[in-house]
Amino acid sequence: MSVLAQPPAAQAHRGLLARAWDSDIGYSFRTSPVAIGAAAITLVIVLATVFAEFITPQNPFDAAALNLMDGFTPPGEAGAGSGMYFGLGADSQGRDMYSAILYGSRVSLLIGTASVIFSLVLGVSLGLIAGYIGGRIEALIMRIADIQLSFPAILVALLVFGIARGLIHPSLHEQMTFAVMTIAIGLSNWAQYARTVRASTLVEKRKEYVDAARVIGLRAFPVMIKHVLPNVAGPILVIATINLALAVLEEATLSFLGVGMPPTQPSLGTLIRIGQQFLFSGEWWILLFPSLALVTIALSINLFGDWLRDALNPKLR
Amino acid sequence: MIAHLLRSLLQGILVILAVGLIAFSMFRFVGDPIASLAGQESTDADRAELTERLGLNDPFPVQFGRFLAHAASGDFGISYRQARPVADLLAERLPATLELAVLSALFAFVVGIALGVYAAINRRGVIANGVMVLSLIGVSLPTFLIGIGLIYLFAVELRWLPSFGRGDVVHIGWWTTGLLTDTGRKSLVLPVLTLGFFQLTLIMRLVRAEMLETMRTDYVRFARARGIPERRIQFRHALRNTMVPVVTIVGLQLGSVIAFAIVTETVFQWPGLGALFVNAVQFVDIPVMAAYLMFVAFVFAAVNFLTDFVYLLIDPRLRH
Repeated sequence: MSVLAQPPAAQAHRGLLARAWDSDIGYSFRTSPVAIGAAAITLVIVLATVFAEFITPQNPFDAAALNLMDGFTPPGEAGAGSGMYFGLGADSQGRDMYSAILYGSRVSLLIGTASVIFSLVLGVSLGLIAGYIGGRIEALIMRIADIQLSFPAILVALLVFGIARGLIHPSLHEQMTFAVMTIAIGLSNWAQYARTVRASTLVEKRKEYVDAARVIGLRAFPVMIKHVLPNVAGPILVIATINLALAVLEEATLSFLGVGMPPTQPSLGTLIRIGQQFLFSGEWWILLFPSLALVTIALSINLFGDWLRDALNPKLR
Repeated sequence: MIAHLLRSLLQGILVILAVGLIAFSMFRFVGDPIASLAGQESTDADRAELTERLGLNDPFPVQFGRFLAHAASGDFGISYRQARPVADLLAERLPATLELAVLSALFAFVVGIALGVYAAINRRGVIANGVMVLSLIGVSLPTFLIGIGLIYLFAVELRWLPSFGRGDVVHIGWWTTGLLTDTGRKSLVLPVLTLGFFQLTLIMRLVRAEMLETMRTDYVRFARARGIPERRIQFRHALRNTMVPVVTIVGLQLGSVIAFAIVTETVFQWPGLGALFVNAVQFVDIPVMAAYLMFVAFVFAAVNFLTDFVYLLIDPRLRH
């Protein structure tokens, strides 16, 4: 029996997944090989990093698990010390590169996701306030956004990182790096959300449903959250996806510059920074594999974001 | 037209003031300037005297005004880490960064426009397709990986070019240049390629898209009908109209040149301002950070103003 022949009640009872499969976006996804490939690769990487403990031969950051004699084992060979098999080789400390990459990708993805959430919440709130309340607050918020957008994100993040370092006691630096990085990258990316949300809020607040909500006596805050926010949420999703790729690259760049995750809890950027030292001595695998992992993650999230942007764009249908 | 330029100037001043406020707040509230200037054995009386002498007891606006006045005369205090005047550090490293930035902008502009025009005219050619693939790579690879890739190819494998530093430089007054020596020129190649690559891909895509658009307009069709040679239409008529958005975007992209310069200078251990800034962030050297920030704001305002000016030169309609 075809979907159309079912009575409406039966259609409504079908599962969320089935409905998503049949929707326009579901169709666009099913028919786009690039989107399927990108989503699959992203999913595999995310799952692999989440379950890294179970699919890696060693915990690369437990000094007791390492054998210095395994140092510089080339890819696909057994270590001279432990006899362990190193599929992607080992670094100078005898650390398995495959394990290090999975743990490092986890740090990269965690910081990326956390900073995207941070900038999303900050930017969307400020954008809603600016668009809905208007006046001087709007002028102030948007001016700050303008000025910040003219400076590159990496510069803002470096600056926030430096200031945070100055404010936090040196003994806490290592523990706080994760939070500092999240805030630094998050603070460097909020302006784009604020701009987009403000623009759509300006449109939405003139519509009747907002007037109706106000007439029944709701205050500004519930109107913004319950009524305006769901209607401006579409573009936010696209920006967030593309920003996730940017945030992962930004984190990698900061760590590569030496102002990011320390070698004791490395991200992919830190691993590349370490690997660069061995560029001239011929141990290419210490550099190549983390770089490939970084590019794969960024590229697949980016391609997925591109597809999402086109799929949600009504002009392209 | 004058009003337009004045507005652009005013906006630049606003940006500089805003950034100045941030820079000043960093000085005032991050770390303790007294603790970093007075030695370990200073007494409370010494500290109080130093606080008074540095004017840290004055009201906030007075202190901010004094900071701006000092900054305007190039006085940014003394580096906490290197114990030298920040102005000297900046002056020493400015030529390296400017040389790198200007050369890579030039490279990106010339090659980017040429490739963009070519890709637009011969849309289906092999080179045009290769150019588009190249630009995709340029967008998705982070700058530091491009730099490392170039080092691997040209310095490690082929051994043609040096991988770090500026080589031998020639001093001309306070300016230093690597363009006059052989090692200096060789050292410039890889950093310029790395820094220029992102810009290049951007300009190329933009020129190509704009050219395709312009070649479809009516005035191009009429120019053809008048029997004007195709080359002349492409370069005299179409390219000129393509340049307006290109100049704007390139001006707006200046910020990213600065950002990529930070990364490029670190990859190639280039003794420029970006590397100085990264070092300052690592060691929380507030005066250097503040000075660099002010420098970036100033460059940003100046280039924005220049972009508006060039815009007027290219597009006669805006002059009225």
